[in-house]
Amino acid sequence: MNKFATVTITAMSVLLYSASALSDEVKSLRGDELQAMAKKTERVEIMNVKGGIARSYKQQPPMVPHEVDKYEINLKVNGCLTCHSETTYEEKHAPKVGDSHYESRDGKLLETISNRRWFCNQCHAPQLSADPLVQNNFQGAK
Amino acid sequence: MNDRSKRGAIILIGIGIIAGIVLWGGFNTAMEMTNTEEFCISCHEMEENVYQELKETVHFTNRTGVRATCPDCHVPKEWVHKFVRKIQASNELYHKMMGTIDTPEKFEAKRLELAQHVWASMKKTDSRECRNCHKFVSMDLEKQAPRSADEHDPHYWDAMDGKAPQKTCIDCHKGIAHSLPAGYDPAKEY
Repeated sequence: MNKFATVTITAMSVLLYSASALSDEVKSLRGDELQAMAKKTERVEIMNVKGGIARSYKQQPPMVPHEVDKYEINLKVNGCLTCHSETTYEEKHAPKVGDSHYESRDGKLLETISNRRWFCNQCHAPQLSADPLVQNNFQGAK
Repeated sequence: MNDRSKRGAIILIGIGIIAGIVLWGGFNTAMEMTNTEEFCISCHEMEENVYQELKETVHFTNRTGVRATCPDCHVPKEWVHKFVRKIQASNELYHKMMGTIDTPEKFEAKRLELAQHVWASMKKTDSRECRNCHKFVSMDLEKQAPRSADEHDPHYWDAMDGKAPQKTCIDCHKGIAHSLPAGYDPAKEY
């Protein structure tokens, strides 16, 4: 019993020590001064990229290379489909909605876009031309 | 003509001129009063449906604070066309009294038809009301987003060459100041 207690205490103190060592390196993005005001946020704009943004990995939902704030998606209308649907993409020179989006969940091929794919911005997001807050070395699949 | 009848004629002309100014001015003032946003949204049909949607769009809130009110897009500026439109509006008064669209449900049910009327009249006039503000001569394609610039380019050069552009504003810019109606088919020509 005594031995068990010693081991536990030792393990706990090692854990505690390493936790405190870690917390020295962790810093809030705002800085660690309580009195300091938050930095004024940088103004960033939605990216407009001609020809689209390349995928970073296989099967990534393509990102939206333009502004979308004026398009509504609701029960009645879907603004994205005024250009990207199977009936309009040719005239509007827009990429067509992916073929997988015309499949029902039972694998049946539908004539129009499947209801479960209706809300485009659940997966496809416009991008801000902002510098990442935390540096990272991610390299997309080539 | 003796002095007396001369004086009478002058007085008569004077009265005519003054009455003309008062009546015409009064008529015009009354017509202008019906040409304000306050007047339009004094009907709940307009206030609760289309006006709320307008508030979300660039024609209401934007970078420069210049905005369009209902009549800027829906009533012609030139007097003759404006007068014709005002006479047509008597039909709207009739439907206001009949309560044709007095609930959101009734409005939604009729919305596609009503929108088609507006699209048709805009197409007929080559989007005249749009062009009261938006002129190709003053449009700097370089400052537009690439998608807009590409689509405007052929029409821009047509307008510069004095040719008639192949399309008019409303052909592409539907549902920009209000929501698109349910059942709208983007592939269909309206």
